[in-house]
Amino acid sequence: MRRYSVFAVAREALRFHQGWARAWANPEPKKRYDVVIVGAGGHGLATAYYLGKNYGIRNVAIVEKGWLGGGNTGRNTTIIRSNYLQDPSAAIYEKARSLYEGLSQDLNYNVMFSPRGLLMLGQTEHEVRGYKRTVWANNLQGIETEWIDTARVQKLVPIMNTLGPRYPVLGALYQARGGTARHDAVAWGYARACSDMGMDILQNCEVTGVRSAAGQVQGIDTSRGPIDCGKLAIVVAGHSSVLAEMAGFRLPIESMALQALVSEPIKPCMDVVVMANTVHGYMSQSDKGEMVIGGGTDGFNNYTQRGSWQHVEETVRALIETFPMLSRLKMMRQWGGIVDMTGDRSPILSTTPLGNCFVNCGWGTGGFKAIPGSGWAMAELVAKGTPGPLAAEFGLNRFKEGRFIDESVAAGVAH
Amino acid sequence: MLTLTCPCCGVAAEETELAPGGEAHLKRFGPGASDEDFETYMFARKNPKGVHFERWRHAYGCGKWFLAARCTATLEVFGTYPAQTTEPPADLIARIKTRRPDWEGCK
Repeated sequence: MRRYSVFAVAREALRFHQGWARAWANPEPKKRYDVVIVGAGGHGLATAYYLGKNYGIRNVAIVEKGWLGGGNTGRNTTIIRSNYLQDPSAAIYEKARSLYEGLSQDLNYNVMFSPRGLLMLGQTEHEVRGYKRTVWANNLQGIETEWIDTARVQKLVPIMNTLGPRYPVLGALYQARGGTARHDAVAWGYARACSDMGMDILQNCEVTGVRSAAGQVQGIDTSRGPIDCGKLAIVVAGHSSVLAEMAGFRLPIESMALQALVSEPIKPCMDVVVMANTVHGYMSQSDKGEMVIGGGTDGFNNYTQRGSWQHVEETVRALIETFPMLSRLKMMRQWGGIVDMTGDRSPILSTTPLGNCFVNCGWGTGGFKAIPGSGWAMAELVAKGTPGPLAAEFGLNRFKEGRFIDESVAAGVAH
Repeated sequence: MLTLTCPCCGVAAEETELAPGGEAHLKRFGPGASDEDFETYMFARKNPKGVHFERWRHAYGCGKWFLAARCTATLEVFGTYPAQTTEPPADLIARIKTRRPDWEGCK
């Protein structure tokens, strides 16, 4: 792989950009791999990358039904933060956030990580109390967050109406190191690095069955033929239950649609990420100038990658009160992704009833921010067969034991 | 917009009138049940891509719970029926089988 650098750009500038190689290979499937990862989204590719980088396991295939990064990785609102209340979540999300800081250098691929700062608005007394508690928890966890008053919020976000009649802004939880990154670039960067390590990324390769015997996975059947594997990692977000059904077990997961939308591009007007959880909307401005807006999930099981109109309406209605200037903006695109929701709204990184099969799922509405940390922890789980400290609390057994990581209550919102 | 006909009051209710209640026909285990059974009842979900039997409440209407059969891959509604049943009615099963010949049935 030729490294991307200023010298490479200069060299190519002198020869009509004819020398750029493909970023990743498009190989035919081999008969057998040491590890097969199902799902070439951010989490699957990151798992493969850290398997190769941290554990030297490079005979790996990443199997993808569609195209890489074409699921939730390409559909989210790209927010990165780690201001979680519970210690296990804070640890894995902070690991991810800190890996994001050096990810462009690590992958030699510009993921456009922009630590522009992130605000979570306190718009009711209860929310204020809750976020202040989170700030104290974060400080104990070693995560930099602070509670800031309305005047400082207004200074950071001049376009905000802090005196809204229903939900005035009473202050905000501020994580200065939070921000956004280019979601496609994260998938592409990991894919390029994986391909460079000799891993096979098999696109348009849908898994149709999981073959197992005596409690061990033997291999998978795919639309491009059978593939044997030493270990199987299922990292497929919305379709986790479908894959688990093939493997013969059930997960505590329900798949639902989550929507996002973007406006027409406008001049720079907001250089932080703002989340308003009481009214349930969140927004940032992309580098192109579009306002990127996300809301809540529909409440019912859904695999269609499109959501209900009233949720878009609710989200926009909520944001217009806090950002009156939005009312004149045209919305350009709206889309949906299928998120895998667990009962406690925390992810699952776990062993399964099959000895050499592992799952990484349940990231729900907040998976993008976790990609590097999730891949890091999942690689350890797959390589060693037992979870390391980051993944230990996220096992499937927590449901049986009643040991929930209750972020749905802690955050008061689907995240 | 998803429209379900409430079998209690007969109103064809839009999604905004309804509250989703998750998977239907969960087998509830009583006192003395094993940990596995209780865990399954509490958390394990079929979450199928295809035919799904589910609970709904006509929250902004008559307020009653009812059950519905719906395809999660297309949002097609096969029918609704009263909540006071332990399994989907035979005519609904037959209707689903005509619409989805390769459906494996209730599992």
